[in-house]
Amino acid sequence: MEALQTLTWSDTRYLAPELALAVAAVLLALLDLILPRRASRDLIGWGALVGLLAAGVFVGWHIYDLQSAVDAGKEPIRNLLGGSYRVDDFGNLLKLVFLGATALIVLASLGTVKKAEVPIKGEFYYLLLPAVIGAMVMASSGDLITLFVGMELLSITSYVLVGVRKRSGASGEAAFKYVVTGGTASAFILYGMSFLYGVTGSTRLSDISGALGDALADYRALVYVAFFFMIVGFALKLALAPFHAWAPDVYQGAPTPATSFLAIVAKGAAFAMLYRIFIFLYRAFGSEGDQAAVREDLFLALAVLAAAAMIVGVAGALKQQNAKRLLALSGVANAGILLVPLTLEVNSLHSSMFSEFVYYLIAYVFMNAGAFAVLTAVSRSSGHEELSAFAGMYHRAPWTAAAMTALLCSLAGLPVTGGFFGKLFILFGAVQTKAYWLAAILLATTVASYYVYFSFIRQMYMRSGESDQAVAVPVPTGIVIWLCAAASVALGILPKPILDWIDGIFSLGADFLAR
Amino acid sequence: MLENVPVLSLIVWIPLLGALVTLLLPKHHSRLLRGFALLFTVIPLLLAVWLYASYEPVAGGGAFAEHGTWLSVPLNTEAGLQGTGVNVTSYRLVFDYRLGVDGLSLPLVLLTGVVAAMSVLASVHIRKRWKTYFSLFLLLETGMYGVFLARDLTLFFIFFELTLIPMFFLIGIWGYFGREKAANRFLLYNGLGSAIMLLAFLILIATLGFTVTETAGGAAISFGGDYETLLANLADPNAAAHASGAMFLSENLKWAAFVLLLIAFGIKLPIFPLHTWMLKVHAEAPPSVVMIHSGILLKMGVYGLVRFAAFLFPAQLASWATVIAILGVVNILYGAVLACVQKEFKLVLAYSSVSHMGIVLLGIASLNETGFEGAIYQAVSHGLISALMFLIVGSLYERTGTTKIDELGGLAKVVPFTAGILLTAGLASLGLPGLSGFVGEFLSLLGLFGSLKWLTAIGALGVLLAAVYVLRSVLAITYGPLPERFAGMKDARFVEALPMVVLTALIVLLGIYPSLLTDLMQHGFDGLLKELQTRVGG
Repeated sequence: MEALQTLTWSDTRYLAPELALAVAAVLLALLDLILPRRASRDLIGWGALVGLLAAGVFVGWHIYDLQSAVDAGKEPIRNLLGGSYRVDDFGNLLKLVFLGATALIVLASLGTVKKAEVPIKGEFYYLLLPAVIGAMVMASSGDLITLFVGMELLSITSYVLVGVRKRSGASGEAAFKYVVTGGTASAFILYGMSFLYGVTGSTRLSDISGALGDALADYRALVYVAFFFMIVGFALKLALAPFHAWAPDVYQGAPTPATSFLAIVAKGAAFAMLYRIFIFLYRAFGSEGDQAAVREDLFLALAVLAAAAMIVGVAGALKQQNAKRLLALSGVANAGILLVPLTLEVNSLHSSMFSEFVYYLIAYVFMNAGAFAVLTAVSRSSGHEELSAFAGMYHRAPWTAAAMTALLCSLAGLPVTGGFFGKLFILFGAVQTKAYWLAAILLATTVASYYVYFSFIRQMYMRSGESDQAVAVPVPTGIVIWLCAAASVALGILPKPILDWIDGIFSLGADFLAR
Repeated sequence: MLENVPVLSLIVWIPLLGALVTLLLPKHHSRLLRGFALLFTVIPLLLAVWLYASYEPVAGGGAFAEHGTWLSVPLNTEAGLQGTGVNVTSYRLVFDYRLGVDGLSLPLVLLTGVVAAMSVLASVHIRKRWKTYFSLFLLLETGMYGVFLARDLTLFFIFFELTLIPMFFLIGIWGYFGREKAANRFLLYNGLGSAIMLLAFLILIATLGFTVTETAGGAAISFGGDYETLLANLADPNAAAHASGAMFLSENLKWAAFVLLLIAFGIKLPIFPLHTWMLKVHAEAPPSVVMIHSGILLKMGVYGLVRFAAFLFPAQLASWATVIAILGVVNILYGAVLACVQKEFKLVLAYSSVSHMGIVLLGIASLNETGFEGAIYQAVSHGLISALMFLIVGSLYERTGTTKIDELGGLAKVVPFTAGILLTAGLASLGLPGLSGFVGEFLSLLGLFGSLKWLTAIGALGVLLAAVYVLRSVLAITYGPLPERFAGMKDARFVEALPMVVLTALIVLLGIYPSLLTDLMQHGFDGLLKELQTRVGG
């Protein structure tokens, strides 16, 4: 076994985004201590925003740097710490998504998170930063241990974020449920990883993929055990049906910005991890014989989970009256949709499944961040989070209602929005690989989801409200709502630049399969 | 004068521009808002009329076709075509912006223009939230024009979906008591229809939509939904080999796509038993919206069925001709019988729509030019007649507050003009020679008679029943004792009378001078008929 490679000074520049966030988190924690008790904690929120933007700039620089490596004829990848940490464009793309989403969440909560509700407002803002670091580590790891460490960093901080409404019983209950299920998920994943280590003798993903083919001959059952344990763990983390039961409770109990963080960043990070691990199977297992059979079994398991998540998520949301629970179940269905590209055969002829995945993820970020921002503003003015809080929005806040309509169209996958094209590309991939059953389920659940998302529209445009009072939207929240609505529509009218961009910097061979 | 102007694009996008302008107008001036909406529906109507005047059936609509690349999305070349020996230099998914017009779509474009403009006039009965109403209305109009003019599968689908959202609002906000249920049912049924359609379209794009361009370094492959490419690849016997086999449309997949398209457009048409949603919409939506719904949206089903199911899969159509004819006969009789027993006038009209759409199916099942022309003629004529009917329903409901047949009666005494128009519309609906309804029914039945005599005969029974239900309801409304509370009723105002006169005039004109439309359609089906002859042998 090769000696562990230590971190050198020159490596730190490839860790710049993560380090920037760590520094920002520490500074903001100190600032929170120093600031007088009565001073507004919004300052810390703005500070967090600056930290996120700085990290984003560093990631952008990495993308540029890797691109010039390609131009120089080298592999566009930087291996740190002996390959356990990989800076590649898959990671960079997802990091940008995570950072952008968190920035939107922070901006939306400035002005809507009230001290009466969240007594430890300062903590709320600076705890988001380590959580994002965790997500970024997950997107960048090349080693099972690194993956796990990133995941725990994300999980533990999100447990706190969920429970940050200290005085609310629901919040406490949600945090407790999240700790228990999150812990269970971690245990399953870790147990599966230990089997993987056992049969291959390494925790390095690239070594595992080299050794897995041989290991299969001797330890066929154990390989199945390893992957199925990990699949169950990921399904719990992603809230894929039938492992989704915690999601509505936790989403409902958590303060809305934290919910939106769970729905977007935590979910995206779990997907990053899933892709990192499962994509290696394509290289580990050949395309013939027993190896192909095992691979097909594993991907079939994922496809079944995706189908179940789409069906159960939408079916559960049909009669849902609570807006947050509804969005939680919609998140279950969307996790299923995001999983579809991974389950498709990569070596037959279809669009690069990562562009499909990343494109839909970007659309998902905007539609969800926007919808949660509207929900924050609406529930703040009506004092509850039931669907009926949206009643009469057409005259109480006509422009917000219009923006919400655009966001809902994107969620429902109606043209011309980002959600529409995201689903279209995923469907096209499914049809080209002849996975017609998955395409049919995706379509059927999409139709049923019209009913779900239009329940907001029915309230907004067809019911009169409990009061005629205008819905006050704080300026930062308003900016987020309009940014998200505009981005959702823009992604639908002109998806080309972003797809070209993804295609230009991301390459399956170089980013995933290169050692 | 309009040679270098993208007329088709103007027709499609002017209503959308109108929708945006409407959003900027003050919200309490209903007359101003209606005036603007009328302006933005009349301009595309005039353009469509100009199109009609300068369209040459023999040459087809090639001169008006518009084409641009909207999106060209990179696909994964790394994993693509490994082991096939083809060196792929570029591999893309292309979404085109393609508009075109031919003998099949032009009559429906004209119908859209006429009915939309008349519906704006009829919107005088809309009582609230005018600004939202008219902007949604104009958005809907863009969707409808787009459906009839789009020549790219994805573009067609987007326009098709674009009609869904405004229609949901129009039913759900301005409808009668059960409006929300009707809107939900509309959304779910039509959503299902378009999902099924999308699946069929994606299969078509993935198998038939390829274009291979040989370049020096290898082949550049692109996938897209261009209608002409689909037709060309279908007709090209070498296409399967060219597409390295695996990608090509197998015979089973052809059947799958054909049946999917049949169901998708069958929901819209509607074919029994997929019709329940449209009854609700007929009964609950405001009359000016039902004018659009019954007058145009149902015709999108006809159009889609002919344009995609028939033109792309003539062989499948030919072997299922009997099935489709039977579906048509079931539609005709089911609709007619149920229309005979309805107590609600709007439901009589709804069931009569089911019945009349059955005749369209008979025309399609005939597989000959007469039948196809009859189907389209019937679609246009039914569009005009049902628009006129619901225009009258709207005016009567404003005055009487009811549309139940037994609560009405003797209206000819107080509103002679409206009652007279109602009678004319009724006569047109039951297929009286000299009015447009007759021509469509006659051509469709004549077309089918050559191949399926018995089914034609049974279908013709529906025409007989039409006389029963139309006369039963129309006479009960216009004659008989006048309930006292209606004694002081006033006849139609100018703004109501104008669309009534225009629609009646068109119905009469098309009834006595059918070649106005049939000339237009004459060469529209040449390609399809040739296919039918070569593949199926007549």
